[in-house]
Amino acid sequence: MSTDVNIPKALSGTGSWLDDRFHGARGLRVFMRKVFPDHWSFMLGEIALWSFVILLLTGTFLALFFVPSAAPVVYHGSYVKLDGISMSEAYQSTLNISFDVRAGLLMRQIHHWAADLFMAALMLHMLRVFFTGAYRKPREVNWLIGIVLFSLGLVEGLFGYSLPDDQLSGAGLRIFEGVLQGIPIVGTYLAFFLFGGPFPGSDIIPRMYVMHVLLIPGLILALITAHLFIMVHQKHTQMPAKGNTEKNVVGQPFFPYFMAKGGAWFFFIFAAIAMLATFAQINPIWIYGPYTPVAISSASQPDFYMWILEGALREMPAWEYNFLGHTLSLSVLIPFALPLGVILGGAAVWPFFERWATGDKSYHNVNDRPRNAPIRTATGVAAIVFYGVLWAEGANDVIADKLQIPLYTVTWIARVLTFVGPAVAFVATRRICLGLQRKDKELLEHGLETGIIRQMPDGEFIEVHRPVSEESRAVLEAKKVPALLPAPGSEDENGVPSPASRGAMGWARGVANRAFAETIVAGNGHGNGHGPNGHGADGHEVAAVGAGEGAGLSGHGEGHAIESGASGSSGSSGSSEGSGGAAAMAPGDEDES
Amino acid sequence: MSWIKARRRRPVAGYAALLLGLVMVTLVYGAVAGTGGGGAQAQPSSPQSDINAGETLFNATCSSCHGFGGAGKAGVAPSLIGAGAAAVDFQMSTGRMPAKEVGAENERKPTTFTRQQIYEIADYVQSLGGGPTIPDAQQVSSVGADTALGEELFSANCAQCHNAGLSGGALTYGKDAPPLTQATATQIYEAMLTGPEAMPVFADGAVGPQAKRDIIAYILETRSEPSPGGLTLGRMGPVTEGLVIFLGGMGFLVLIAMWITAKRREPWDAAQPTGPDSGYGPDAPGDAWTEH
Amino acid sequence: MSDMESRGPGGSEDFGDLEGSEVLEGPEVFEGPGGPGAPHRVIGTPPPTPSLLGGSGGSAGHGGPGSGLVPAQGSPLEGGGHGEERMPSEADYPAHARNAERLVVFFFLLAFFAGCGFIAAYIGIGVYSVDKVFRSNLALGLSLSITLFSLGMGALIWVRHLMPDVEMVEERHDLRSTDAERAAFDDYFKEGTAASQFVRRPMVRRTLMLATLPLAVAPIVLLRDTGPLPGTSLRHTVWSPGRRLLVYGTNQPISPAEFSAGGSMITIVPDGYQDDPDALAKAAVIIIKFRPGEMQIPTRYAGGTLIGTPNWTVDNIVAYSKICTHVGCPVALYEQTTHHILCPCHQSTFDATTGATVIFGPAPRPLPQLPLAVDSSGYLVAASDFTQPVGPSFWERG
Repeated sequence: MSTDVNIPKALSGTGSWLDDRFHGARGLRVFMRKVFPDHWSFMLGEIALWSFVILLLTGTFLALFFVPSAAPVVYHGSYVKLDGISMSEAYQSTLNISFDVRAGLLMRQIHHWAADLFMAALMLHMLRVFFTGAYRKPREVNWLIGIVLFSLGLVEGLFGYSLPDDQLSGAGLRIFEGVLQGIPIVGTYLAFFLFGGPFPGSDIIPRMYVMHVLLIPGLILALITAHLFIMVHQKHTQMPAKGNTEKNVVGQPFFPYFMAKGGAWFFFIFAAIAMLATFAQINPIWIYGPYTPVAISSASQPDFYMWILEGALREMPAWEYNFLGHTLSLSVLIPFALPLGVILGGAAVWPFFERWATGDKSYHNVNDRPRNAPIRTATGVAAIVFYGVLWAEGANDVIADKLQIPLYTVTWIARVLTFVGPAVAFVATRRICLGLQRKDKELLEHGLETGIIRQMPDGEFIEVHRPVSEESRAVLEAKKVPALLPAPGSEDENGVPSPASRGAMGWARGVANRAFAETIVAGNGHGNGHGPNGHGADGHEVAAVGAGEGAGLSGHGEGHAIESGASGSSGSSGSSEGSGGAAAMAPGDEDES
Repeated sequence: MSWIKARRRRPVAGYAALLLGLVMVTLVYGAVAGTGGGGAQAQPSSPQSDINAGETLFNATCSSCHGFGGAGKAGVAPSLIGAGAAAVDFQMSTGRMPAKEVGAENERKPTTFTRQQIYEIADYVQSLGGGPTIPDAQQVSSVGADTALGEELFSANCAQCHNAGLSGGALTYGKDAPPLTQATATQIYEAMLTGPEAMPVFADGAVGPQAKRDIIAYILETRSEPSPGGLTLGRMGPVTEGLVIFLGGMGFLVLIAMWITAKRREPWDAAQPTGPDSGYGPDAPGDAWTEH
Repeated sequence: MSDMESRGPGGSEDFGDLEGSEVLEGPEVFEGPGGPGAPHRVIGTPPPTPSLLGGSGGSAGHGGPGSGLVPAQGSPLEGGGHGEERMPSEADYPAHARNAERLVVFFFLLAFFAGCGFIAAYIGIGVYSVDKVFRSNLALGLSLSITLFSLGMGALIWVRHLMPDVEMVEERHDLRSTDAERAAFDDYFKEGTAASQFVRRPMVRRTLMLATLPLAVAPIVLLRDTGPLPGTSLRHTVWSPGRRLLVYGTNQPISPAEFSAGGSMITIVPDGYQDDPDALAKAAVIIIKFRPGEMQIPTRYAGGTLIGTPNWTVDNIVAYSKICTHVGCPVALYEQTTHHILCPCHQSTFDATTGATVIFGPAPRPLPQLPLAVDSSGYLVAASDFTQPVGPSFWERG
């Protein structure tokens, strides 16, 4: 059946006119046929993208009514409870938007909920990219762009909710100024230049406005464009599946499929935000009242994406040092620099660290399943726990109040958990990953239990297994076994030690490499090790990792060969090109039991 | 004296006697009413029967902790001499007293005493050593109050414990400042006046009676006004907002995303073959997704 | 999938050693619209001209046309497979598609009416009071949500149930340029650099760098006038000898007789600056009235300067700066039973009876104490400014 669609004259006429000038037909056709892979977790970044679009639209509406001025006025508007109070024009204009402009409150709430959703989606998107290893070559630059976008989003949100100049956000600005002021040497100058004098001054609101409305959205827009362009140019990654290789993309074409799905997704995102804006009140500035530096409310928190800083400020002990007429306030500086520095800096450095540790310089267009990269996954979970503990501490007074835990106890628990939590999470996650790998190995080798019991002629009962489907097999086998670098101090056939393995860095690299290379590989599965009764006797499950002696069986009883080293999994359709260096003789040590 | 005697049968003498009597009563009444403390207008002077009834109730229930005569017991309960009727009315009408235990804090709970009984105990305690008296309706009325000034006073002196949205807040060592969603106007006035438990005292010298009315009007209006943007989410600010965006917003969207990208299945209303080899029916094997 | 037919027992050789055991056949894949194996596999004919990047034939080296319309190596579609030339133009299941179409039409109509409702609600429901805003927000928000949700539902059902299920494979071209391309680039770059004499004339090069330096630094220099230099302004507040203490809000002065109830606390602002936020951000004060015997304020010095003493109190009334020494929030929670002053921002806790010493939390220093006196009218006044800088620490604090 051929297509029986006739392109309407208007469309084809316009198209020709444009093509005459822009040479578009070929490129547009290529783009329309572009294949986008389908996985729900690939849509998280789009939540951020469409939320940003919604922010631009509602922000434009709000900018038509908002007055970015700290000049004091006396209120005589519709919210009669505050009639006669002196407040800034910014606050008054926000009250006007809320109570005197139709749809004003709805637009304000959509704007704020969209901002929250933007940051939440960015967090989950970053985590998805991290846990699937999609930041690896060739996508490192995109990963870095993403981190910058996240940081810009933090600042943009901070300025955005501080613009109405209400009590809650004014307290946040006060904290911001206090932290700035405490920076050594340049702190007081930075604070005075930013605020145009002592706090609060009258310059900060117009300046934040310019940054919030013009500078930062411009930067974000430019970076999002670059981010998307790189993604389109390099093509999106895809999940391991049957038929998905490093050299192809399997999915649906942009026109009409992905376009329609993307459009539907935009509407659903907007609908979710609109539903929140209808039914859930956010930032009721009329309850908080106009800002005065004399007053404060309990349960004063910034928006959730700032809680890592807030929690760090709350749990830090009072460490301050005075010397030679100068004061160094670590109780302010460490919370300011350390948690975000660790998280964002660590994230930025991670692709390069992983590359250094694994020696893996190949392209990766197929994602990893998180269980197949235990160290990466464990590090990610440890980072989440670190972030999460500080997050929770940011809300410590609400936790203390609502859960009836004494206030100082919450802080002490957080202080301990900040260090203990990530360590425990790392160890536990790594174990869980390795356990899941074992389960995969089981599935591959033994198939699925069907629950059907048969009696053998000799009287024995066995359970019948059936092999996993081809699709599942492709997924289960899509694991690249990382290569081991030459061990520290190892020498080649001429007795020359490898340069990369020399010295302290070489030793460190070796340690990291062995940790990263740890994996549980399913044996060849060609009938080795199963007893004659069709079901392995006890103790058939052995996982000796790192005991690589090339491609042999390490033979523990009916052991299955567990190898690390050269890619030993046969038939894996997802193997990448070049799994790194040769399978060297690694002095196998780490025994897993 | 003979001057008065000589004129006592004149008609004006009756009027003069009446005038004298009124003046005397006024003076005596003013002297008696002035002893109430706190600058508040006194409640009508309590009949002795109320005080006696109060004493009986007090000795039966309160003295076990507060001692006879309200003297207090170290480490158990404070002295009530000088505490005043307002303190008693607040503590008992909110149910905080009688206390369940000597603990970190006494929470609001249903009261076991009637209004009359509380007044009687209050009268008795007032008689022990004076103190702030129970405000009358006019003192706590919101008519003509300036809620804008109330907002300024509330945010500077009350919001840091009770929260700008009146949802309460945490204090140290397990105490908390309660939400202000249930207190009556009288109770709010009394709390400011007497400073129950950890709450500071806001006596009339610092926060005058009119200012107290302004604060009360502000509180009453804040908690009764509708929430125009939707559910209040507890009026705790960004904490609940953050929870909602993750659990509500992102959770909903992740489910939608899973739907958008789900593999297409054979639809239920498509024409489908039947029979043992068709691949349909109860023996049909599962698909890849169920296997791991 | 190497073939689209139902597979044989693909794993039987795995179980060859299992004598007598039975193995079920591998899972059968049910029929899908594209043959057994579900979606239509679309392949396209390779276009006659190669590279996406422009016609000058640079792509032959890395094989394969740019837009990946050829089945990838080793893919199941290689060799023609069972893919199709074009996307089908009919829905996969006609009966189902008719139902789906009705659903899509329903949702789009719903979106239309809800959208009209949105406009009607905007025109019809006014604002200007909290109640009206409540109604307006609900009506506008509900209609908007329904419109958007219905549009999303309609579009999604359309794509999932009306459009035929299609799967496409696109080839990834190498990102790395070929060696020939790189060589050509290097070649031309060297050629151009040589022509520009950039390398040959070092003075030109160096002075160019020098010339651009001031312009590069200029944007930072131009920020100088964004604010005044801090100078000593952080060291002083507006409090001065004889300046009256006013109760914030009512702006009334206060005398010890009026502030006589033990356990009282109130927020104070300096007379003459009650409406000046810049001054208040450093000069806000709380006064606390202790019961007799509670106060144990020590006399203490910081680097030779007297910073606290019981002489600065009047009649058991003490004044502390309300600005937290951590990062500047107003410290206002006063617990009269424990005499703790708790800052709600980060839970720094100060003991009011001992000169606001820090007993918990991140605040590094006690709250500065304001010297109090009484003026001739009997009102509380400041005896002098604070003797140490108030508020958060800064580098030059000392």
